[in-house]
Amino acid sequence: MYVPQTSDDRRAMLDAIGVKDIRSLYDSVPDSIYLNRPLDLPKGRPEYAVSRMMEAYAENNRRYRAILRGAGAYDRYTPAIVRRVAAKEDFVTAYTPYQAEVSQGVLQSIFEYQTMICALTGMDVSNASVYDGATAAAEACAMCRERGKTGVLISESVHPQVREVVATYVESATGERPTLIPTVGGMTDADALSKLLSTETACVLTQQPNFYGLIEDAEKLADLAHSAGSRYIMSVDPTSLGVMKTPREYGADIAVGDGQPLGLGLSFGGPSLGFMTCVSSLTRRLPGRIVGETVDNEGRRCYVLTLQAREQHIRREKAQSNICSNQALCALTASVYLASMGAEGLRRAACLSMTGARTLLRLLTEIPGITRAFPGEFFDEFVTFVPDSGRISDILEKNNILGGLPLTIDDKPAILWCVTETVSEDVLHRTAQLVRKAVEG
Amino acid sequence: MKLVFERSLPGFVNNYLQDCTIPADFSSVRAQKPSLPEVPESELARHYTTLASQTRGVNGGFYPLGSCTMKYNPAAHEAYAALPGFNVHPLAPPDAVQGCMAVLWDTQRALCEICGMDEFALQPAAGAHGEYAGLLLIRAFHRANGDTVRRNILIPDSAHGTNPASAAMAGFHVVNVPSTSEGLVDLDALRSLANEETAGLMLTNPNTVGLFDRNIEEITRIIHDVGGLCYYDGANLNAVMGIARPGDMGFDVVHVNLHKTFSTPHGGGGPGSGPVGCKAFLRRFLPAGHIIKQSDGSYISETPESSIGRIKLFYGNFLVIVRALAYILTLGSDGLKQASEIAVLNANYLLSKISDLYDVPYPGHCMHEFVISLDRFNKSHNVRALDIAKALIDCGIHPPTMYFPLIVQEALMFEPTETETLATLDEAAEALRSLYRMILEMPEHLQNAPHNTAISRPDETLAARKPHLTFQ
Repeated sequence: MYVPQTSDDRRAMLDAIGVKDIRSLYDSVPDSIYLNRPLDLPKGRPEYAVSRMMEAYAENNRRYRAILRGAGAYDRYTPAIVRRVAAKEDFVTAYTPYQAEVSQGVLQSIFEYQTMICALTGMDVSNASVYDGATAAAEACAMCRERGKTGVLISESVHPQVREVVATYVESATGERPTLIPTVGGMTDADALSKLLSTETACVLTQQPNFYGLIEDAEKLADLAHSAGSRYIMSVDPTSLGVMKTPREYGADIAVGDGQPLGLGLSFGGPSLGFMTCVSSLTRRLPGRIVGETVDNEGRRCYVLTLQAREQHIRREKAQSNICSNQALCALTASVYLASMGAEGLRRAACLSMTGARTLLRLLTEIPGITRAFPGEFFDEFVTFVPDSGRISDILEKNNILGGLPLTIDDKPAILWCVTETVSEDVLHRTAQLVRKAVEG
Repeated sequence: MKLVFERSLPGFVNNYLQDCTIPADFSSVRAQKPSLPEVPESELARHYTTLASQTRGVNGGFYPLGSCTMKYNPAAHEAYAALPGFNVHPLAPPDAVQGCMAVLWDTQRALCEICGMDEFALQPAAGAHGEYAGLLLIRAFHRANGDTVRRNILIPDSAHGTNPASAAMAGFHVVNVPSTSEGLVDLDALRSLANEETAGLMLTNPNTVGLFDRNIEEITRIIHDVGGLCYYDGANLNAVMGIARPGDMGFDVVHVNLHKTFSTPHGGGGPGSGPVGCKAFLRRFLPAGHIIKQSDGSYISETPESSIGRIKLFYGNFLVIVRALAYILTLGSDGLKQASEIAVLNANYLLSKISDLYDVPYPGHCMHEFVISLDRFNKSHNVRALDIAKALIDCGIHPPTMYFPLIVQEALMFEPTETETLATLDEAAEALRSLYRMILEMPEHLQNAPHNTAISRPDETLAARKPHLTFQ
């Protein structure tokens, strides 16, 4: 399949090369390692058979009519135009735009993406994206590292998987794991942070809204980090920035996050994208591809990959990051999402989610035995203590609703709930009824 | 072309969601709304159609970009990735996502057979990410043995830049291994560099000049004899599927690029997927989020006991893996081998059609790609590799990879792939032959190429000296 030569073509080609068969072209492969059997895989199949197989895999997953689970992956509404644009074959089948003359479309789309991500975060510079929000956070920590200043402080209220990825990266580069900043009432403990900060601290990393959905006092955390001579990194939810204070307003030096909510679907967790932005003084430390505006020989505006002296193909082992592929098609998807929604569309998505989350919180906490775990300002996720998270999850599952994520907080069962604009008021009331049934038995 | 911001109608709103106000209890509100475009959907549709028309993909023409394996991306793959059943939450309970886990498991097993490995982990999101994960496996292995002096990774001077960068990120010291005049690993140099400080070797085979290193078994033996491990960079796996397996060559760890060999699209630079495979003795170090099949036939994800830790959120670039599995199921054992054979046939054919005019630095049959050098014409006619690359654009051909590998002066690296017809190869050969005549007769025409594109050569120095990275 997908090989277009006839047997006559092959014969003619072998003759032109001057060999008798294809095996002769592999004369440098020693007999001892030449595979003298077929691969132990089934033979090729027609497309129709494979399409039925792929449908069968997909049908083996359960689909819910409503999803009340977030925790890093959000079921958001995507305007239809987003998928249509992202499916355009020129974008889908292109490579990294090394050749600017035939890649102005993709280069301009990245330049537009960089601009929109900066508008969203309030930061000065954005790269063309990295793999996901967790690797973006890890790369951000690497940006802050200097001689004698390598320590990373990371809040316990950062998404657990993000913390794990950051720990892997930091440990491999410095030999030391990041230090965890404890939380009090679900929020980063500022007093503990002041005690942990030292002249060896390269950076402080927190999440906004944090893993529990709470709004951190990020301005204070930024001030503490800066007063110790450290940099402050914020991991942010892009949807929240439709209404929320920006990382720039809080005083962040670097803002990162996962772009999944920007039109990328749940997709069992990937692909999404990691966005990375910073203040202009850190531009040359930013890893990954960056597109810049310039002019061509005739003075016409155009776009190129730029500042490549930072990158692995030039600097090799001296490069700060090994990143080569980014998530370009996901960045295009995110920019079409942002361009079509606009500031007002994003604000509506954020407000609908926040409003729904407040409704669900009120309904759930009316049920005896369910209390909010942490007080404080929140966005569209919140945690409740529950008598038994398994029973609640089960009854919701049976009614085709994916409930919140079960957690254990202070040895007590709890659930992290999330409401997005895709959850109707009816579903929220139905959910509360079902939870009440589960709790009351 | 207008920027999307230049199409804005201030105050315009596409009515996708109902209006809503900020809840009264919420006070952490941004001072100003973000300055995003405010463009009617009809105008947006035209904007992106215009951008697409200025983007060259594989479907737009021959794309022999060396080392990138720009083969045809099957239309069916996009339909499979769009199946609603795959759009599920990554933190849903395992029993609700058995279909996704089966996709991951079946892909892991197929990649093991293709590469001669015992385990595969699918979390790495790209080739460089796979390299990083694989090197962490090597590091974890030595550490678990109490072997703390092994800090060197040996890397040939012909390697991709990601190899040394990944080694440095994984905390290793990079030692460069020279190549022989034949473009192969210098065995004597390798023997003298390999020692008790060697953690491992990273190698691409076929290598970056397009040659299969016939000494591969000796190379891996030299490394194993000093206690090091061997890492296979699968960037060039497209030459050897069903023909020679990295595991049989003596490699302990491999990564493959699903977006190259397994024809998931490149997407203008991503998303890719760079699964990492290993032999059984490294199983316990695999990254978090590994899929295993239980005795009752169900699947779960686990973190192996001595895991290197987590390297990515959730399960990797899942929808890329869906496409790769579909490719493996479609081609099967016979089709995968045929893909490699025809990739090699196509490359040798194109090479045979131009090797009388252009200098080929290393003799012998190439694998799926080959390198030519423009050094002679640079000296004689001031025509560089860049000029030929740009002139090919005017011939409707995407330029090959330029100035790589670094060990060849004025290098151009061509990788036709197996999905190109004989007619396309003949046209490409004819284009290169006519460019040869132009080198001799009208070099200035080449020095200003391309001539038929929307823009001419960009001023890259200006872009780097005065970075202008957002629309103001």
